[in-house]
Amino acid sequence: MTTDTQKHEGSMSTAAPARAPHGDVPTAHKTPEGRVGAGLFDPKQLVTSLPDAFRKLDPRVQVKSPVMFVVWIGSVLTTVFSVKDPGDWFGWAISAWLWLTIVFANLAEAVAEGRGKAQADTLRRAKTDTVARRLIEDGSEERVPGTELRIGDLVVCEAGDVIPGDGDVVEGVASVDESAITGESAPVIRESGGDRSAVTGGTKVLSDRIVIKITTKPGETFIDRMINLVEGAARQKTPNEIALNILLASLTIVFLLAVATLPPFADYAGTHLTMVVLVALLVCLIPTTIGALLSAIGIAGMDRLVQRNVLAMSGRAVEAAGDVSTLLLDKTGTITLGNRQACEFVPVRGVTEAEVADAAQLSSLADETPEGRSIVVLAKEKYGLRERHQGELTDAEWIAFTAQTRMSGVDVDGRKVRKGAAGSVIAWVKERGGEVAEDAQELTGEISEAGGTPLLVAVEDTDGARVLGVIHLKDVVKDGMRERFEELRRMGIKTVMITGDNPLTAKAIAKEAGVDDFLAEATPEDKMALIKREQAGGKLVAMTGDGTNDAPALAQADVGVAMNTGTSAAKEAGNMVDLDSDPTKLIEIVEIGKQLLITRGALTTFSIANDVAKYFAIIPALFAAVYPGLDKLNIMRLSSPDSAILSAVVFNALIIIALVPLALRGVRYRPVSADRLLRRNLGIYGLGGLIAPFIGIKLIDLLISLIPGIG
Amino acid sequence: MGPVLAGVLQLVALIAALALAHVPLGTYMAKVYSSDRHWRVERWIYRGIGADPDTEMRWPAYLRGLLAFSFVGVLFLYLLQRLQGVLPGSLGFSSIEPAQAFNTAVSFVTNTNWQSYYGEQAMGHVVQTGGLAVQNFVSAAVGMAVAVALVRGFARSRSGELGNFWSDLVRGVTRILLPGAAIAAVVLVACGVIQNFSGIHEVGQFMGGSQQWNGGAVASQEAIKELGTNGGGYFNANSAHPFENPTPFTNLFEIFLLLVIPFSLTRTFGVMVGSVRQGYAILATMATLWVGFVALMMWTEFAHHEGALQIAGGAMEGKEVRFGVGSSSIFAVSTTLTSTGAVDSFHSSFTGLGGGITLLGMMLGEIAPGGTGSGLYGMLVMAVIAVFIAGLMVGRTPEYLGKKIGTREIKLAACYLLITPALVLVFTAASMALPTPPHSMLNPGAHGFSEVLYAFTSASNNNGSAFAGLNANTDWYNTTTGLAMLLGRFLPMVFVLALAGSLAEQTPVPATAGTLRTEKPLFTGLLVGAILIITGLTYFPALALGPLAEGLAA
Repeated sequence: MTTDTQKHEGSMSTAAPARAPHGDVPTAHKTPEGRVGAGLFDPKQLVTSLPDAFRKLDPRVQVKSPVMFVVWIGSVLTTVFSVKDPGDWFGWAISAWLWLTIVFANLAEAVAEGRGKAQADTLRRAKTDTVARRLIEDGSEERVPGTELRIGDLVVCEAGDVIPGDGDVVEGVASVDESAITGESAPVIRESGGDRSAVTGGTKVLSDRIVIKITTKPGETFIDRMINLVEGAARQKTPNEIALNILLASLTIVFLLAVATLPPFADYAGTHLTMVVLVALLVCLIPTTIGALLSAIGIAGMDRLVQRNVLAMSGRAVEAAGDVSTLLLDKTGTITLGNRQACEFVPVRGVTEAEVADAAQLSSLADETPEGRSIVVLAKEKYGLRERHQGELTDAEWIAFTAQTRMSGVDVDGRKVRKGAAGSVIAWVKERGGEVAEDAQELTGEISEAGGTPLLVAVEDTDGARVLGVIHLKDVVKDGMRERFEELRRMGIKTVMITGDNPLTAKAIAKEAGVDDFLAEATPEDKMALIKREQAGGKLVAMTGDGTNDAPALAQADVGVAMNTGTSAAKEAGNMVDLDSDPTKLIEIVEIGKQLLITRGALTTFSIANDVAKYFAIIPALFAAVYPGLDKLNIMRLSSPDSAILSAVVFNALIIIALVPLALRGVRYRPVSADRLLRRNLGIYGLGGLIAPFIGIKLIDLLISLIPGIG
Repeated sequence: MGPVLAGVLQLVALIAALALAHVPLGTYMAKVYSSDRHWRVERWIYRGIGADPDTEMRWPAYLRGLLAFSFVGVLFLYLLQRLQGVLPGSLGFSSIEPAQAFNTAVSFVTNTNWQSYYGEQAMGHVVQTGGLAVQNFVSAAVGMAVAVALVRGFARSRSGELGNFWSDLVRGVTRILLPGAAIAAVVLVACGVIQNFSGIHEVGQFMGGSQQWNGGAVASQEAIKELGTNGGGYFNANSAHPFENPTPFTNLFEIFLLLVIPFSLTRTFGVMVGSVRQGYAILATMATLWVGFVALMMWTEFAHHEGALQIAGGAMEGKEVRFGVGSSSIFAVSTTLTSTGAVDSFHSSFTGLGGGITLLGMMLGEIAPGGTGSGLYGMLVMAVIAVFIAGLMVGRTPEYLGKKIGTREIKLAACYLLITPALVLVFTAASMALPTPPHSMLNPGAHGFSEVLYAFTSASNNNGSAFAGLNANTDWYNTTTGLAMLLGRFLPMVFVLALAGSLAEQTPVPATAGTLRTEKPLFTGLLVGAILIITGLTYFPALALGPLAEGLAA
């Protein structure tokens, strides 16, 4: 019994288009506006990540970031000097704040990693040790641990079994619960052959029996890779991150030179600079803000994708997403709803629209295809025709739609009503000695040209057989797609619609949806050629795909997003997997990629701009005693030299913590032109970065000067 | 007409002349470097040096040619000075000592023209005209060749080929510098600059005593001294000497000469990369900095309220009466912002802050507009850095002129950026820390420190001007400034050519609405800001202890 109901459920979900529930319903991961920019940041995470932050004080960890390693060495130096001169409160205060600077940097990274760890734990629970039922050559089964499976092994899974490893279904159909990896509770159908044959280890078979051919070694399965990814263990520095690190390292060297050469200059001027002061100056100048947050930004960027149920196989792919200038989008499911829908009834001369609607509805009652249903819906919505049920009409003979006849209809009260493909209906009418109205041909032609699909409605009654009119079926462009493409254009991204339709239809839909270009009657080879052509012109291409025949194109594209429902070949070829199998998400992926780069650039700018104020705090503090004129540079009027230097160091440390939420959330991205983005970000992070520390340092100095015995 | 107004009017006239000249000259230079035809005289030269001017070179080959040529240049100039005592036409001057000969040879080959000697007391006609003047031409042409190679790196794709060094070098001389200098020399002669091969004259002075006057091919050397942003004067007093720069008009004309090629090269750049607007953006960046510095300089030099300065109408100490404060300020800023290093007034005598402006001008890296060629490539490297940071802020892998600024590009640009600060700061610190070198200072306190800082800033950035006061003819200074000049000239060129090669190999990325628009004023503003902030942050402590300590004391 149980198996039967499950079977039923299974077949239900086969009928429903697999992607529909994901495309339109906002998932819990999306923000209210459905845009990137928001992320979750809970201040509590700062506290829970503290132990990790202290563990990362290990120099072997610090050495990975040149900027922070310099701070680490500086902290060690000042601490040593403070130990040698324990009565000097200033040395201790500076040392403490330098160590805090590193702890804050570690904290940023630990918080970013912590969010991934929670997800990894959930995944690990799915990856319980399974026992596989391996098929031996003689057809019998043996029970082996899942970890002993090899590529090419055949295993059997029945209802209730957890699939022991990644593979392809080679026999049978089953409904599978993939909530362990997708978070989506509705079961999906997996069947041998075709594009829905891939199964993932750790997911659960709910019904039926399938034979799976294992395609991945244990330990390298999808779920293993996912765990590595979200934990950040597999994280490698991306090209842009490396380039930025080089720039930061060279700035660090410049400032190291500026500070290291200062003692002889100062000695000549008649003042001696202590090691503590020199280290404080150095740490204030080197780009600690971005150096501290750089890795957190990268981890958080990957994490934002994971939150949207997208797994990027490499950070490089996420970065490439920001650079994409051509998007290849499949028409069906991405740009249009899954099926064509009736949009109008057009009568031939001498027939009213209502008559056509009535006949169309009647003839479609026996048509269970989505197109047929849409005709009934249109008749109801537009012409107020109540939906009749097949049982209402007695003595009616229903003719269901089949792929062979390409017609459906009903014979009732001596009246035969048919609707269907133009060729079939014309043949039916002529067979019965009826005539085809002259304008019927014209009308079908017009609809085809407009990108629609014409269906003819005919009737045979006492007046003979004749065509009544035409039903206009058309692809329905999803709501809001036009605006989305408009945004993409503003971002400088060209959209290309890929469709199997003929060029005429494709052109009409392309125009309606507002895409820039289309590829009609597309074969996998055409797709591949298009990608190569775009790439030869220096453009980066992103696409989605799910079929095995998409695999070469997915591999060729710079950003290839495989649908989780797709074949393992497709998933292997792409560099991202969308667990929701929602091709529209490509647009969000691009935005996340851009946001990642913007956040890095903005914080770098901020970090460098900050230095100006720090000089104005520290230089007069160091030298106003020997050159009183330099006190004019003390424009913040800081209370004392010690307080000025300490304030700059404290500001330098606190700004890291203050910016952790921004680093994790990412700078808000709006799809506007590069010019407007630059103006906005330069205003906020460039000018803001110049001004903010003047205020911050002054405030900290005011607080410090209140401490008795200092100031 | 007050002196301030006069200064401003001269500045306006100068800007007008440059605006008129830069388009035809820049376009002409683009043609020179793009043409595939050789002049007959050029063919003779190629045959003479055994070079094939038509082979395309990748960056290592281009660099090898450049280094070999420059090495031979240093060697030749060194030997010429060492042998001066036995050469005819040397006015009886003896051979130059090794340290100074090395320093001078390096100085002229690197387009620095730092002079630790007194021209009229040390160098005869043969060395001046046959050695130094020749290097004035070729060192400038080398700089332009490197700039053009970098421009080709942006303009070309998928080849890695940067052109032919020998052809770029020879054409720079035959088609640009020689004709330009010839015209300029005629104008200078017409305005009173001397041009002869006469000897030394002892002339009795009005107040008693006597003075030594040298003849020489001054106008011809003066022309290329300015046009090639060299700056090495025939006489020690440089452009303050009436034989080099007799009238306010020649003064303005010389400023025009030293600015015209660096500014015009932005046009050449625009034409060669196929977008004159990109050239205008670079021009605007250079012009903003230059005008800003001139304005600041005039302000510091005019705005003094103390008695003597007020009566003189400004800080007249060290400035020629025939030029005045305004014109001297324009000259001082232009010569320090162009890596020329010629002087018509004594930078050491400028107000504290004014001296700081000349220092900061050089510290920018000689890019606004910079030396012939070196200004353009230096500015383009800064643009690469600015594009990298700003490009990230628009959410794309940064790209400039369709070329991606990736790891390799940023590595090379960052190395370029490091060299001069390292040379300036390390050599200055060594000079301050070691026992003897500070004895060369003329002044105590902050001003003395400025003298040393100025010397190494000038040498490392290949400017060549001196703050005056510092006795640089010691083994220490001759050797260290010589090294600073060598490293400050050729190391950046290595990175620039490698960068050019890397860019030329790339497939260009087509511009979209998501691309950072580098031809817009916003980018120019960003670039100006980036240059000022990066330079300011690097040198602020040093500047604070020198010119700022002095200038703010009042």
